[in-house]
This record gives sequence, structure tokens and C-alpha cells, in this order.
Amino acid sequence: MTPVVATAPSPAGAAPEAAPGRRAGARPGRSDRGRRALAGLVFLLPALACFGYFAWWPIGRSVVLALQQTNLVDPARWVGLRNFEVLFADPLLPTAVLNTLWYTVLSLLIGLPAPLVLAVLISELRRFGAPARVLVYLPVIVPPVVSVLLWKIFYDPDSGLINAVLGLVGLGPYPWLQSPAWAMPSLVVEATWAGAGGAVLIYLAALVAVPRELYEAAETDGASIARRVWHVMLPQLRGVILVLLLLQIIGCLQVFTEPYVMTDGGPENATVTVLLMIYRYAFLFGDYGTATALSVLLAVALAVVSALYLRLTRGWSSR
Amino acid sequence: MTPAPGRGLLSEADWRKPLTGTGWRAAHVLLFAILLLAGLGPLLWTLKAAVSSTADLLADPLALWPASPRWGNLADAWTSLEIRHYLLNTVVLVAGSWLVQAVVATTAGYALSVVRPWYGRYVYGAFLITLFVPGTVTLVALYLTVLDLPGLNVSIANTPLAVWLPAGAHAFNILLAKQFFDAIPRELFEAARVDGAGSWTVFRRIVLPMSTPILAVISLFAVMNAWKDFLWPLIAITDPQAQPIAVALPRLAQAAEPALLVAGLLIATVPPLLIFLIFQRYVVRGIAFTGLKG
Repeated sequence: MTPVVATAPSPAGAAPEAAPGRRAGARPGRSDRGRRALAGLVFLLPALACFGYFAWWPIGRSVVLALQQTNLVDPARWVGLRNFEVLFADPLLPTAVLNTLWYTVLSLLIGLPAPLVLAVLISELRRFGAPARVLVYLPVIVPPVVSVLLWKIFYDPDSGLINAVLGLVGLGPYPWLQSPAWAMPSLVVEATWAGAGGAVLIYLAALVAVPRELYEAAETDGASIARRVWHVMLPQLRGVILVLLLLQIIGCLQVFTEPYVMTDGGPENATVTVLLMIYRYAFLFGDYGTATALSVLLAVALAVVSALYLRLTRGWSSR
Repeated sequence: MTPAPGRGLLSEADWRKPLTGTGWRAAHVLLFAILLLAGLGPLLWTLKAAVSSTADLLADPLALWPASPRWGNLADAWTSLEIRHYLLNTVVLVAGSWLVQAVVATTAGYALSVVRPWYGRYVYGAFLITLFVPGTVTLVALYLTVLDLPGLNVSIANTPLAVWLPAGAHAFNILLAKQFFDAIPRELFEAARVDGAGSWTVFRRIVLPMSTPILAVISLFAVMNAWKDFLWPLIAITDPQAQPIAVALPRLAQAAEPALLVAGLLIATVPPLLIFLIFQRYVVRGIAFTGLKG
């Protein structure tokens, strides 16, 4: 699902081994080669069937569909780049793209520093480390649809928890999800609440791997805690931070459940995202060709982000 | 919990400094306040709201406990909102997705790591390449595929198969299984082969019994992800009677009485919560182990 697995600096995420047979001892005979080929095929059959039908075929078919007009009633027709023309003529497209980017920027502003700060604090706990880990991960356990519906209740302008709390100090009431300006930040807050725990646990795993001697040496040299964070901890975490940054951007560009369930793109199209547009084209309007054209553009955007990122960070993330 | 080994960012000396030590202790108290409020708070609120009357909910959302608890809400949601029915659908979908993923990951991992046919590296590459294509961008094509399976001319839309089978096309599981099997000493397989064991025997008698740890990780993530899945079941299962609870809830939310809806939300959260609390040590370790899944 994510292109980062191979670059993850985690114990298991080492670069995938591309050369089977490297460790084969004796040179296998010809009959052995045939026997292995057959046995291998039998064992690969379930995977080949699943990937063939539900991964490789849809990938190939996406390219074809983007150039066709299909509505499941009439036979598919080749239309060249017409789907893209329809798409670019849609006044909602720039709105959806900008909304998606705005969602991504807001998510990074909140969602990038918060888990790191939480992880550092938790890793320095000398007691109750285990309950802290459980607490921080609890929101991640709640099914996304449940969290979104729950927060929709919290955001209710009249009877919601958030306005009730703000009302205690004399603020509000605010029309969170009903305001075009506040709807998107409200979605981001919910999504950050729901997702931060996973990042915290990953940072915690990385923090454990920082050699204690480095802190020891820095302290001996008179480095304050702030300097130890800046000169020892953060450089050690750089790889993980970068991977999480990329994962978060990629996840944000595909955001769907929050805008679909919480606001259905409203108010005044303020939360229409790219994926919501794909969904509407395909499953509301039955225009599968244009929906796929937009999917292809999204795929290209995601690939560009990954490539750009890999290029930018190749030099200085390898440590 | 295990006590922190030796030191962390802060040393013993730092903790003894009056200003630093007090500051960090205060930060830790604040940390727990935030964790309790943000982590546990919404769940406790859900529990309270689920047994409140709708009138109580709307009148005073901050009340710690409803004036007259209505435990009947849970039973009402269970039957009148048909949460029972949707929950059962979810269980069926999750169980099948798990089984398909476990079978695909172990057999493919075994084929690529132990049997090692000459074309193995190409197939492995073809599996891994799908990691670069997020599922959301092939959604439409996947839907059309499920509507009319190429070569078979059957539709599996609106059946559990539409969720079960695509779950198997998850390259990360195969990567995990293959790497795990790669670490098993080859002598074990050689010895078994000398004793006349075929590929199937080696798989069943040696590899499967040894793969409990990796199967646990794959299973845990398979179950949790299948339980959370929303977009694909929303598209693939349009028949309301066949939908899992995640897809049914937003539909119910439009008409249901608020207190009953919250009761439904609570019921939908309990199973994954129980799984997490029982297996939390493996979840936490699994995230560290698999690095960056999900």
C-alpha cells in the first residue's frame, strides 16, 4: 500500500531481498529445477490468483478505462483524452485539489510535531510507560467511521461537547462543521486524534534504538537537554521522521472517510477532496471513465511525491 | 512494565536537578492528563452517552452521568437498529479476509523463500510493485473487475467474496512472511528432504509450526484493518442487508435517535478494543517490528 516499506529503517523493513537462491548450496540438477518450478507454482497459486484479479488486472485496466467511456449499460468506447477534458472543464476540480492540499498542510502542521513530542515524553517515563502506550493507541483502535461519527456529535453547534466545553469559559458557540472556514480544520483535528497514536508508537520504537552512549557522551561534554535533543536525538530519528512525513502526505492526499461521513464535501464544497470527487464521478454519476482519469492523475501525483522525496532524502537520510 | 534501562535522554543527574527534574515531572503529569482526556475521555463519554436518553444528551452534553441511565439503549440498538445483524456481517467479512491473507502470505512466502523456483524473483518483484500503487487509485477498476471477473463472467459484488479475495492481494504480508522464512536455517529443509519429505510435508510439518510469530503479526493487522475498512465495502457491498457495521453506521446515523446511534457506536468499538487489550503487547511489538504499516 505504501512505497516506503523498502526504505523503512525498521528491523524488518530492510531492502527486500531480490535474489532468491543466493544461499543455495549445491548446484541443483535439471530435474530439481523442474520440480521446484512446479511446486513453486502450486504454492504461489493463491497469491497469483488474488494479485492477478485484484491487483495487477485493475492496475492495467485503470489505464485503459481512463481512455474509455463506460457506464456499464452501453459497450465501452475509446474516447482518447476526452475524459481528461471533461475533468479539467469541471469547476469543482481546482476546489477539490486545493482542499486536499489544504487538508495536507493542516495535517502536517498538527500531525507532525505532536506525535514526536508525545513519544519523547513517554520514552522518558520511568514508571507507567506501558499504560501510557495503551492510552496513546486507544483512539487508533476505534474504527474510523465510529470516530468520525463520534466527532460529528462532538462538533454539533447546539448540543456538542466542544461548544459545551468552550462555553464554560465564555467562548462560542461556533458552527464548526457548518462553517466553510472551520470545516476543514475540524476534520484535521479529528483525523489527527484518530491517527497520532500509530506515529507515537513508531517514534517510541525508534527512540529505544538511539544508543544511550551518545546521550552519555553529549552530557559529559556539557550538552544541555535541548542540545542533546537537537544534536543527538533528532539526527538519529531523521530517517523515521522523513518516512512518517511521506506516509502522512500520501495518506492525506487520499483522504475520504472524514469528508464523506462528516460533511459530505460541504459546506459550500469546502471539504470536497480529490477522492470524494472520484467517488462521486464513479458511484453517483456512473461516469467510470472520468473517475478513472482522475484516479490516474492522483496516482501520478502520489508517484511524484514519492520520487521527489526519495531523491531529496537519498543523500542525507541514510546516515 | 519494564523499568527504563539505565538512562534515556535525561540522566540520573538531570532528574536530581531541582528545576529540570520538577519540570519534567510536571510535563509527565500533564502528559497523563492529556492522554487520559484524549485517549480515554471520548470512550468514556461514548459509554455514558450510550446509556443516556436523547433528551439528557442534548440538554447537557457535559454531564458526567445521565440523570436516569437507560441501559435499555444498548439492547434497543442491538435489535431495532439491527446492530446485531451488521456486526455479524462484519465478523464474517473479517474472518474471511483474515483466512485469505493468512493462506496467501504463508504459501507465497514459502514458495519464494524455501521452494525458490527460478522465476521466483520476478514474481516477487511483481508482488512488491503493487506496494507503489495505493488501493484508492485502482478503486474504480477494482469495482468493475468485481462486477465481472475477467474470464469467468461472474459478479461477486454484494457477496463476501468481494471483500475476502481482494484482501489477499496485500504484498506487505508476503514480504513479512518471506523475510521470516528466510531466517529459518536451510539445513532444516535439507534434512527433511533427505528423509524423503516433499514440499507439502516440509510446509505443513516444518514451516507452518514455526511461523506462529509471523502469523500472529499478520493476523492481528489483518483483523484490525478488515474491521476498520470502510471505503471498499461501501463500494463493493451496496445491499444494505449485507453491509458491515462500518458501512451501515453512517447510513443509520441519518435517521436514528442520537442516543441509540451512540449505543451502536459503542458496540462497534468493543470488539476491536477487546482484541487490542488482550493482544496489546503484540500490537505494540508488531508496530515496532513491521515498522510502518498502515
